[in-house]
Amino acid sequence: MIEINELKASVEGKEILRGISLDVKPGEVHAIMGPNGSGKSTLASVLAGREDYDVDGGSVHFLGNDLLDMAPEDRAREGIFLAFQYPVEIPGLSTTNFLKSAVNKVREHRGLPKLDAVKFLKLLKEKIKLVEIDQDLLSRSVNEGFSGGEKKRNEVFQMAMLDPKLAILDETDSGLDIDALKIVANGVNSLRSPERSFIIVTHYQRLLDFIQPDYVHVLYNGRIVKSGTKELALELEERGYDWIKEEQKETA
Amino acid sequence: MPKTDPILEQITSSDYKYGFVSNIESEKAPKGLDEDTVRFISAKKEEPEWMLEWRLKAFRAWKEMAPPKWSNLDIPEINFQDIIYYSAPKKKPKLESLDEVDPELLDTFNRLGISLEEQKRLTGVAVDAVLDSVSVATTFREKLGELGIIFCSMSEAVKDHPDLVRKYIGSVVPARDNFYSALNSAVFSDGSFCYIPKGVRCPMELSTYFRINEANTGQFERTLIVAEEGSYVSYLEGCTAPMRDENQLHAAVVEIHAAKNAEVKYSTVQNWYPGDKKGKGGIYNFVTKRGICAGANSKISWTQVETGSAITWKYPSCILKGDNSIGEFYSVAVTNNFQQADTGTKMTHLGKNTKSRIVSKGISAGKSQNSYRGQVEISPRASNSRNYSQCDSLLLGDQCGAHTFPYLDVKNKTANVEHEATTSKIGEDQIFYCNQRGIDTEEAVALIVNGYAKEVLKQLPMEFAVEAQKLLAISLEGSVG
Repeated sequence: MIEINELKASVEGKEILRGISLDVKPGEVHAIMGPNGSGKSTLASVLAGREDYDVDGGSVHFLGNDLLDMAPEDRAREGIFLAFQYPVEIPGLSTTNFLKSAVNKVREHRGLPKLDAVKFLKLLKEKIKLVEIDQDLLSRSVNEGFSGGEKKRNEVFQMAMLDPKLAILDETDSGLDIDALKIVANGVNSLRSPERSFIIVTHYQRLLDFIQPDYVHVLYNGRIVKSGTKELALELEERGYDWIKEEQKETA
Repeated sequence: MPKTDPILEQITSSDYKYGFVSNIESEKAPKGLDEDTVRFISAKKEEPEWMLEWRLKAFRAWKEMAPPKWSNLDIPEINFQDIIYYSAPKKKPKLESLDEVDPELLDTFNRLGISLEEQKRLTGVAVDAVLDSVSVATTFREKLGELGIIFCSMSEAVKDHPDLVRKYIGSVVPARDNFYSALNSAVFSDGSFCYIPKGVRCPMELSTYFRINEANTGQFERTLIVAEEGSYVSYLEGCTAPMRDENQLHAAVVEIHAAKNAEVKYSTVQNWYPGDKKGKGGIYNFVTKRGICAGANSKISWTQVETGSAITWKYPSCILKGDNSIGEFYSVAVTNNFQQADTGTKMTHLGKNTKSRIVSKGISAGKSQNSYRGQVEISPRASNSRNYSQCDSLLLGDQCGAHTFPYLDVKNKTANVEHEATTSKIGEDQIFYCNQRGIDTEEAVALIVNGYAKEVLKQLPMEFAVEAQKLLAISLEGSVG
């Protein structure tokens, strides 16, 4: 699905990713954990193509294509979806119209015909059930006046609408109470399939109680310093990140 | 965020999509303006003596006046003697059907996407199309005639309905109101006249498309709308113009008279040639638009989408004379490249319990300057009057300017006046969010800008709103990306 090889990136001259390698196969769920400032969100942003970051080295291949060469919208159309840590508000633009543009752009790219109004509405109504949000969200402006939980659920809803091949969740669990967390996790779980992969960026193990990862990686100081299975997440939950930091100091 | 944003630069630099010139032979007045020019125009239009006298009086007033200097605009010196004040397509066919229209003219309309046939068939809009200075096509007149509605060119109105024209022309915007209204009064070439009799609700949107088509020809339309007691009309005005190097002067006057319980909605989409990316050329648009709510419970609503012109000087206003009357002004003004706009409204509350509402959305891109100028005046006898003003500015890039000049003049203690203003920048994070959902930057900007302007756009009649949305997108094309 995606092969990341020695990826290095910086923002305003400050080195953040110092050589990340990661191979995610179809259907796999990888969790990226790590202390604050370790580069987790940067990794998510670089993969999605945010322009604020400079890629200084390494390569990323998505379904065999050079991902770093693609514009952000092309990455999205090819099947990369980023659930934002801080979803953006767009006043005056209804969620329905926003998604209609997005879905049809993606469909066009994939050689599918545009959805007519009736089919589109049907799809909306079907997918919104996944995240248990009220339908009047659809006529509201994108994320405007949404609660934190609604914003995150809206991200998962959009994910369902856009049918990505690789979904990257950037701290989707932050700021959620346990009920909202369960709803988000259920939404994600229902989208799991042998063809779809996930990269779940999270600070806490909590989300992984509900979304079982195949692999867990610990990011520290711009590098993956430890990889394991979900037991690693539990260990982190128990011991915190300090022992990782200590280990790294020793290695250095 | 990097300082110079390539995205913003690109949206700020797209070409005008409607730049072409159609070749209809015209009959012109000689260059320059004196009493003979005024007489020439009046004679060309076979006007009665009173009309000529009215024009001459306006001309004499104009000679004594100077262009206003108070706007936040940098206006190059205009040589008013270097302008052709009248030009008309040579043939003015009497039209029974569209078959009789000059095919080249039809082609012009078709290229603009405003084919009359389509309009007739699909939208049910009666169109009085003004190409250059003379009306060449009028449709649906019969149907309107059955209701007693008069919808014709100003020239025809002067001939066929002289009493009405004489009664109302200059009654809302007196000839000597300002420099440009005086100029218009002296040399107005044509325009539209619309009369809705007592108690009649006009069953369709009345629409006029203007087009400036002759190099160096100032356009001086004159529009007069009279809504009698208890009547209703929605009037649409929309414009595009061919690409030109020379600056073209445009000084229109629109007057609206609303009697007791009458309602007039006036919507404009303005897309005249704004000049090129370097600020060369473009229309100078100095417009005086004013309506009077003369009777109790009357209502006048202005909605404008201004995307064109190199310079815009325009303040559609309402005089709220009748008790309980309502004035509204909804505006989206886009400036890009080197465009300048100074636009807004004036709400003059004279009657009791009068209400006004102002929603202005400015969008500036490139190196443009965009000003909102509004005045709310509450007179001593306008008890319990209310005004709400909201003025928002949206900036694309860091080389443009947005300015707000609200004036309040409240002379009655029972009045309630509210003003809100915001300025925001279109966010890179908003654009990236759209990109990440597969939406390219150009469409993202269009979606974001249309969202921002929604409160105004929703005031427009449906088919016009669609056109306006496209226009906003086209006007900002290339300024981000």
